[in-house]
Amino acid sequence: MAKQYTSSFIDKLTYQSNRSVMEVCGSSNVTLREFGCEQSLLSRPDGSASFIQGDTSVLAAVYGPAEVKVSKEIYDRATLEVLIQPKVGLPSVRERSQEQCLRESCEASLLLSLHPRSSLTLILQLLSSFLNAACMALMDAGLPMSCLFCGVTCAIDADGCIITDPTAAQEKKSRALMTFAIDSAEHRVMTSSTKGSFSVHELQQCIAVSQKASEKIFQFYRDSVRRRYSKTL
Amino acid sequence: MFSSLKKKVGEVLLPGDEFSYDTDDTISLTEHVKPEKVVCGPGLRRSGDRLLVCKSGVLRHKQPNMFWIDSQQRRYVPAKGETVIGIIAAKAGDVFKVDFGGSEQASLSYLAFEGATKRNRPNVQVGDLVFAQFTIANKDMEPELVCIDSSGRANGMGVFGGGGLLFKVSLGLVRRLLSPNSEIHSDLDQMFPCELVVGMNGRVWVKSSSVQQTLIIANLLQSCDTMTGPQRQELFRRVQTGAL
Repeated sequence: MAKQYTSSFIDKLTYQSNRSVMEVCGSSNVTLREFGCEQSLLSRPDGSASFIQGDTSVLAAVYGPAEVKVSKEIYDRATLEVLIQPKVGLPSVRERSQEQCLRESCEASLLLSLHPRSSLTLILQLLSSFLNAACMALMDAGLPMSCLFCGVTCAIDADGCIITDPTAAQEKKSRALMTFAIDSAEHRVMTSSTKGSFSVHELQQCIAVSQKASEKIFQFYRDSVRRRYSKTL
Repeated sequence: MFSSLKKKVGEVLLPGDEFSYDTDDTISLTEHVKPEKVVCGPGLRRSGDRLLVCKSGVLRHKQPNMFWIDSQQRRYVPAKGETVIGIIAAKAGDVFKVDFGGSEQASLSYLAFEGATKRNRPNVQVGDLVFAQFTIANKDMEPELVCIDSSGRANGMGVFGGGGLLFKVSLGLVRRLLSPNSEIHSDLDQMFPCELVVGMNGRVWVKSSSVQQTLIIANLLQSCDTMTGPQRQELFRRVQTGAL
């Protein structure tokens, strides 16, 4: 009898601790590493941006709408090509899958039908959090978009705690890793890329946390664009 | 919608921002009410009864009801009636192919020059610069240029003479240079008299009394992009006195 009691007590405890995690997330206590951004820093491309988040930094460049190869021409919309260059060495299978993920996210927010028979090329260099840099670069190039998007990564560690925007070391220790692309219009999930095992409840918690975090990033986008246009107001 | 748009004039907007009809708008039944019309320029799109922003930039307004987004971009997208500086890329039968910095080359008929007839072909070589106007520019068709206006006069358009320097600036700067009472233009005019051709595609052609002067003007214009008014005036003054 006593044993049963304790087990249920433990259940209650874990349940409570879960609750408290969710409440912490709910009270806008989402921690992101420091992030910064610079737009149109490269002279040759039509749009470029660098996005720095904690220790990771991404450089993105956009060319387009430009001339397209006949073999890649699509008659009613623009062809979007995404190229990811790793810091050292040649791009491998991992980069290819990231490219596809990113291309599909960008296609969802860009209004490609406004530039048929042309090509857009997006080139990125360095590590993770590509989504934010890509969005900033597309915005800098002045391409028509229906909404903005941002990427948020969540990790679930061995104890079941959700860590937003984990560092490389935290990622390694985590049980599951999820990356979401979230749109600015309705804060809905555009893309999700996950690794590891987790429950449905945890997934929903992570989405809620990411949506909370995305608000911060969108506010940052707005501030940085405002700063950029401050000289021509 | 009109009032909410008007409130945002001069502010920076991002793609995804939207305007919709206010729900508390009341319609008077006794008075004659004019339906409010809004003309959307670049960067604004209509979707149902909402207005969506699709480019980042500053919202601008022109009386009575025109709104558009003023954005800084580098790649040119042709629009009908705009004048551009193009480079003749090829001669193909009775048309020239012109590179104007867009996604495809525009065609320019050899008859679309002042005084040109089937007998009397204009003297245009590959590599020449032309100042021309778009007569066809839409997303589904090949853009078409002409070097005459509707009455058949050159009206400032045509092939460039020798000398001068061509360089690129951002499209935002070009629009600022071409605006009716542009401060940059008046500042430049006072300090460095020169011949200046500005294409809407971001290409600028300068010719002045000496090569040195031309280079100075080119460098000044390229640096204007990232400066505020007072900074620019200060720089111009320093250059003129020979401090730089």
